[in-house]
Amino acid sequence: MALHIVVCVKRTPASTSVAVDSATGKVRTEGLPHGMNPQDEYAVEEALRIKEKNAGSRVSVLSAGGPESDEVIRTALALGCDEGALLSAPAFTGSDTLGTSHILAKAVEKLGKEKAPVSLVLFGKQSNDGESGLTAGETAAWLGWPSVSFVRRLPAVTESEVTAERLMEDGIETLKLKLPAVVSVTKEINEPRLPSLRGKMAAKKAPVSKWGAAELGTDASVTGSAGAGIEWGRLSPVPSRPSGTLIPGETPEEKARNLADKLKEAKLL
Amino acid sequence: MDYQLTETQQAIVDIARQIAVKKIKPVREHYDEKEEFPWPVVDEIRKADLLGVYLPEEYGGMGGGNFELVLAAEQLSRACGGIALAAMTSSLCALPILLCGSDEQRRKYLPDLASGKKIGAFCITEPEAGSDATATKATAVKDGDHYVANGTKIFCSSGKEAETYVIFFSTSPKRGARGLSAFIVEKGWPGFEFGKKETKMGIRANSTYELVFRDCRIPKENLLRAEGYGLFVAQGTFDLSRPGVGAQALGIAQGALDETLAYVRMRKQFGQSISSFQGIQHMLADCATQIEAARSFLYTVVRAMDREFNPAVRKAIDEKTPVYEAMDKLGSRRWTKESAMTKVFCSDTAMRVTTDCVQMCGGIGYMRDFPVEKFMRDAKITQIYEGANQIQRNEIAAMMIKEAASAEKIAAGLA
Repeated sequence: MALHIVVCVKRTPASTSVAVDSATGKVRTEGLPHGMNPQDEYAVEEALRIKEKNAGSRVSVLSAGGPESDEVIRTALALGCDEGALLSAPAFTGSDTLGTSHILAKAVEKLGKEKAPVSLVLFGKQSNDGESGLTAGETAAWLGWPSVSFVRRLPAVTESEVTAERLMEDGIETLKLKLPAVVSVTKEINEPRLPSLRGKMAAKKAPVSKWGAAELGTDASVTGSAGAGIEWGRLSPVPSRPSGTLIPGETPEEKARNLADKLKEAKLL
Repeated sequence: MDYQLTETQQAIVDIARQIAVKKIKPVREHYDEKEEFPWPVVDEIRKADLLGVYLPEEYGGMGGGNFELVLAAEQLSRACGGIALAAMTSSLCALPILLCGSDEQRRKYLPDLASGKKIGAFCITEPEAGSDATATKATAVKDGDHYVANGTKIFCSSGKEAETYVIFFSTSPKRGARGLSAFIVEKGWPGFEFGKKETKMGIRANSTYELVFRDCRIPKENLLRAEGYGLFVAQGTFDLSRPGVGAQALGIAQGALDETLAYVRMRKQFGQSISSFQGIQHMLADCATQIEAARSFLYTVVRAMDREFNPAVRKAIDEKTPVYEAMDKLGSRRWTKESAMTKVFCSDTAMRVTTDCVQMCGGIGYMRDFPVEKFMRDAKITQIYEGANQIQRNEIAAMMIKEAASAEKIAAGLA
């Protein structure tokens, strides 16, 4: 059973402690080390595992972003993905999730037409920068395909359907989706592999397609900052938590007495 | 420092670093505590193609040289010198086969070591033959198409986990040093068994075993070079492998300093970070300076060695001859002195740096649930194995005297 799986990945800052510029209210990411959004690594791994279980399958990687996003496509290729396309155009800059998902959906359609019909599109559950978690669902909406988010296990994939399991507050939910479908996965789903030296060296030389607005046929009214329906306001950093107070005392009893005194002092008791 | 690595060399560093951080760091305490062989991590290192970085592509390697091996060993050791060793002992088995093996021996044994399908080991030590390998008591006696091996070897790293071994026996005890011979031995041959497993001070993730031979029949095709060339095989191997020990030591030193720097920046005493005290700052600066000096020296020597050795390997493969013969034909230099110097310098640096790191961390640095004391325990072996540093110094001085004497002779001849 040969499947064509598409994984969508994003280039984001490699650290979660990113400074906010108090003057502009924007995140400062220039000069920071970047890499593949950590959540996307699980999507890539899951795609590769499905490919390895189903002979003849292929995995394509898509990334929407600036020219530097080429590097995260190569990261995915180094791990064993078969081909990649960078979705980049000046007109795409400043797209919101709806615009980005439109670009991705167009690219999935293009891959389906030109390479092989797409069975499954995988996403990480959210990016570590924007953290909206919306792009997977919105891509499915543009494609008109069924979708489920925050999946922690894909117990079965057949030619016509995928079984998805997700952890809800009140239990485990098991769903069956008709293929083609869009799924976003959580970090519980697998343990991502590391690249091999051979894979990494081959990925450096691998051709990566570059598709812009013309190749994809995107709608200019929804892409770029002009097409964005969401505008980012100000970001302000969370004030750091003051360090705690150590309660002195030789014995547990003495510590408890000292704690009680402090609580009384603060009029909490 | 920018050491002007090639794309492939940088990729080796990046991948080894990723494995160190993601796969070794989280489990190093476990393997140190339990003294188990770290198979899952060795498997990661194998899958990442790091076990064959220094071996020719003809044998499934990545076509690099000793420098590539040094880069990988350094980064893996930065997280745990013991786990790094568990993977890297294979090189101590592959190098003598590469240097002294025939074309057939290379083709038979190197591919499995390059791919990591099999782990390799090397054993020369005996209870009464440590620094003095000429005192070897284990014997291999010629019997038709075989040698019959008897005796006990000790302190074999990756002893039980390896499947391919290079082992030294005396084929002619009365000839002493000239009676020593090296053989390629396979696990599972009748009469080859494992004795005591050692418990150690450091590098506890890697196993150390006693090997016992009772009438073990070794096919004569598995003799390396020829009878009586054991010491040549051992010394030639050590010339190539000592920078690897240097790299392990360097990684250990860097790993200890990484942890220490993070700790002293966080630790507060007298109302301020202890990294603000000059006493600590000067120790940090000395550690970093010594490490960088060791690294520059190691890299320079290994690159020079590779410039001589790699073309000889190429020629030997093309002509299907042993590498030592190709080295003779090319007039390749042997780097005994400089190779010994890298091991001495890096391992002494590692011992000093790790000791200072424990000191900077204070009480917590001495505790087993903080990683710094382990680096200090792991550093110690690098001053001892593959020739104690005192033996290295003997070799360095011997080479210096020899070089001076031959320079004098040349000058006299010219005059």
